[in-house]
Amino acid sequence: MRALDLKLMRDLRRLWAQCLAIALVLGCGVMVLVLATGTERSLRLTRDAYYDRGHFAQIFAAATRVPKQLLPEIARIPGVAQVEARVSMNVVVDLPGMVEPAQARLLSLPAAGAPVLNRPTVRLGRLPEPGRIDEVALSENFAEANGLAPGASFAAILNGQRRALRVVGLVLSPEFVYLIGPGALMPDDRHYGVIWMNEEPAAAAAGLSGAFNDLSLRLTRGASEAAVIAAVDRVLAPYGGTGAHGREQQVSDTFLRGELGQLGAMALILPPIFLIVSAFLVNMVLSRLILLERPVIGLLKAMGFTGREIAVHYLKLSIGIGVGGVLLGWIAGAWLGARTTQLYTEFYRFPYLIYAPGTASFAISAVMGLGAVALGAVRAVNASARLRPAVAMQPPAPPLYRLGRIDAAAIRMGLRQTTMMILRSITRWPGRAAVTVLGVSAAMSVLVACFFTFDSIAAVIDEAFTRTNRQQVTLHLARSVPATATEAAAHLPGVTRVEGAFGLPVRLTRGWRSALTQVEARSDGDTLVRVLDGNGRVVAMPPAGLVLPETLAAKLGVAPGDVVTLSLLAPPRDTVDVAVSRVLPQSLGETAYIAAPALFALMRVAPQVNRLNLLVDTDRLPALYAAVKTAPAVDGVLLWTGIRAQFDATIRENLIRSVMIYAVLGVLITVGVIYNAARIQLSERSYELASLRVLGFTRAEVGYVLVGELMLLTFLAIPPGLLGGYGFSALISAGFSTDLIRIPLVISRQTYAVAALIAAVSALGAALVVRRRLDRIDLATALKQRD
Amino acid sequence: MSDQVAFRVEGLTKTYASGAIAVQALRGIDLALYEGELVVLLGPSGSGKSTLLNILGALDIPSTGRIFFREHELTGMSDAALTAFRREHVGFVFQFYNLVPSLTARENVALVTEIAKRPMRPEEALERVGLGHRLAHFPAELSGGEQQRVAIARAIAKRPEVLLCDEPTGALDSATGVTVLEALYEANRDLGTITALITHNAAIRRIAHRTIRLADGRVASIEENPQRMEPAGIEW
Ligand SMILES: Nc1ncnc2c1ncn2[C@@H]1O[C@H](COP(=O)(O)OP(=O)(O)OP(=O)(O)O)[C@@H](O)[C@H]1O
Ligand SMILES: [Mg+2]
Repeated sequence: MRALDLKLMRDLRRLWAQCLAIALVLGCGVMVLVLATGTERSLRLTRDAYYDRGHFAQIFAAATRVPKQLLPEIARIPGVAQVEARVSMNVVVDLPGMVEPAQARLLSLPAAGAPVLNRPTVRLGRLPEPGRIDEVALSENFAEANGLAPGASFAAILNGQRRALRVVGLVLSPEFVYLIGPGALMPDDRHYGVIWMNEEPAAAAAGLSGAFNDLSLRLTRGASEAAVIAAVDRVLAPYGGTGAHGREQQVSDTFLRGELGQLGAMALILPPIFLIVSAFLVNMVLSRLILLERPVIGLLKAMGFTGREIAVHYLKLSIGIGVGGVLLGWIAGAWLGARTTQLYTEFYRFPYLIYAPGTASFAISAVMGLGAVALGAVRAVNASARLRPAVAMQPPAPPLYRLGRIDAAAIRMGLRQTTMMILRSITRWPGRAAVTVLGVSAAMSVLVACFFTFDSIAAVIDEAFTRTNRQQVTLHLARSVPATATEAAAHLPGVTRVEGAFGLPVRLTRGWRSALTQVEARSDGDTLVRVLDGNGRVVAMPPAGLVLPETLAAKLGVAPGDVVTLSLLAPPRDTVDVAVSRVLPQSLGETAYIAAPALFALMRVAPQVNRLNLLVDTDRLPALYAAVKTAPAVDGVLLWTGIRAQFDATIRENLIRSVMIYAVLGVLITVGVIYNAARIQLSERSYELASLRVLGFTRAEVGYVLVGELMLLTFLAIPPGLLGGYGFSALISAGFSTDLIRIPLVISRQTYAVAALIAAVSALGAALVVRRRLDRIDLATALKQRD
Repeated sequence: MSDQVAFRVEGLTKTYASGAIAVQALRGIDLALYEGELVVLLGPSGSGKSTLLNILGALDIPSTGRIFFREHELTGMSDAALTAFRREHVGFVFQFYNLVPSLTARENVALVTEIAKRPMRPEEALERVGLGHRLAHFPAELSGGEQQRVAIARAIAKRPEVLLCDEPTGALDSATGVTVLEALYEANRDLGTITALITHNAAIRRIAHRTIRLADGRVASIEENPQRMEPAGIEW
């Protein structure tokens, strides 16, 4: 090996800790890129493959009752490739050993053969055999959460009739990758599932013999989705069609899309930030490292090495660090990516996982990572290589200190001389201090943004559960009843307060934009479910206009004062123009609101209810549950405490995992910055510091000069760090909001405090490690030579 | 030594403009160095010895004046050409040994032999300075005199035509200094290397062909030395 390369190897070995610290920071940026893009790509490929193999439908429609004779007409609609007609109904489920009722969606399986669309994948057991009226297959997560294996039995209330059903198989379906009950905000595997049953008993139970009420379609290549939807709507309108829609409004797919969007945003927002910070750091550390090599550079020049050869030598050093960082990042990113993808496939129900991070993210991250270090090195080497050898070989002139205003103030304060040394060092090299401050504040920003996600989720939970939905139980009624029936519910066991609610499917249209959603009737007296404005105040309903959540308004491109076309997708199925009165910021949901009298006037009916919100005496909940399990009018139950517990559990579990990763990154950046700053200080000032020891200063006093300066800089990094954290959080809030959830930008004081504290503790740790080196320094050699 | 001029220096000045005050390190030097000669540069501190040596070795460039090495004019050459000049013709020895601390004695020498045109083997160069047995030692494991001899081995290993030494014995005691001088003396005698040697030690002038005294950035005097001594004969 050439002598210069030997020097390189030995330099790398001598500086291993510093090189590792740089490599780690660089690795963080690389890792985030590989992780985010790798997970996004894998999840997307898994989804696409599953949709493809499971023949996931492209258009979905529901109606009240459609005779089967209509199927050929639907199949003839231009652009329709395949049609699947089913019976679908919501049922209350009574599970053995569970006090509260559960809820399920019951779907029919075709009489002959497997479904052509939305094919269930059997995970355990089998599908119901033709002719068996009590056999059912269950969605795997629901069955697992309730310990139901093939062979188990349970009861369901089908259209008011209690039926014993036998589980024969557990299945997954591309339709329910993310399974969430109507009106629920989160999956609740214990209380909501899907039941597949043979067509004959299902149709009989639903009173739909010879008919269907649920339709799925797959389109021919190149067909216009909008045209097919319009045609299907026309065909189904006489039969109570509630509006066909594409995948963009299919609940499971929408959640998946949201998740992919978030991962995409993560891949776009985070890695550049990390890479820029690490590039900056690498740049700073390398320039300073190379500055220390100045005499060697001078010597090499004196010996006749060309500037190029010298530059290449140092470039190799930094590329060595870069390669180390990129490899670390690749390994960590690929490993975490595989694990994260695995977790996603558990959270989202996929029967298999395709982990294919793709080569692009590896290539891009390598180019960016190596580019960052090479750039840092080139700048530094150029500065030194341009010097004339005679100048380079001389030790740099002693730094010129000048008395400034800060010094005057410090002198007046009568600070100790060691403190003066700290202040002078900072004021003499403000650029260097600024880089350290910048690095630490970047780390703090990452930490703030990490913990901000908890704050925002807490705000969402508070909004959704504490302030908006204050009921304990919501009962869904099988069909609308006059509002006067609300009184009857007050007599259910344990009920202390009842409020009726009414919602119906509508299509809102403005110009070429349209959205399928629910409109909710709001009465003045409603206190359980509330509509709040951005400041948490109850919104007074305008007498006639619509109140829309921001997300829906954005989708329609409307502002208060605009007029939208409202098509009722339930009798009398009228279409009217309505003004938008108000737009509200809201974290969850896309429901439109209107004053109850206005809605019922539009519908030309007396006030009705199709949901009941209840406050219940907790002690008597079991009695209420028992009553609900047998009430024929109820086809669905939402237990809000259960939803909330589930929400907390899943969100937090997922969040903690990713937050942990980013917290580690924040700590690594801090440690990388401070450790390197300390090492450079140590090598540049070892003479000075050793002199202090010779003068009789104690180790602690000398250590104070080193650690004190770094801690002062860390302290100075707090304001910009927290400010940066706010900006970073704002980016995340914007980038991570999906159609279904808007991430509010709220950051608690605790978040700021914890972020600053973690950064400060990591900085102190890193500085103390270097201080131990200072303690071990050999005075004689330190006074003789540098580093 | 011969009559053939190797280095010719005409009207050389060097002004350092560091900060507000400009320092005139050289104030007009005219000088010739001959093929194969060993000259000693003497002069008080700050008289411009190092500055002159650095300019001769193309480590630095003059403010005004011209320098010729044989038929080539160094002044006005590009940086690349100056680098090539150093690489092919010049060896340096500095007061503070200037070894690369992460390389062993042999590797420090190899550093140069790898880029030279017709070098000796590093082992041979180290044997010449009496260090054939310390090949695998790192600078930190060598004494000052040994380190300086490694530096000399490194300088002569490429068989340079010019050897420029800035106080090579400045940091050494007399006995160690003599061994270092012997290495230089032999290189000059055996290889015909033009050697310029800065020292504060007037006794060393006895090994030289000529002694050039600088004072205040000018040549104060030039003495021939008809009765050269071997380094072993001097003491300080
Ligand atoms: N890089 C520089 N910047 C400014 N002034 C310089 C520089 N190098 C040398 N000088 C000045 O130029 C003058 C000559 O310096 P030089 O180093 O050549 O002296 P010298 O004869 O080698 O002294 P010494 O015997 O102390 O080594 C001195 O006054 C010195 O202060
Ligand atoms: Mg000098």
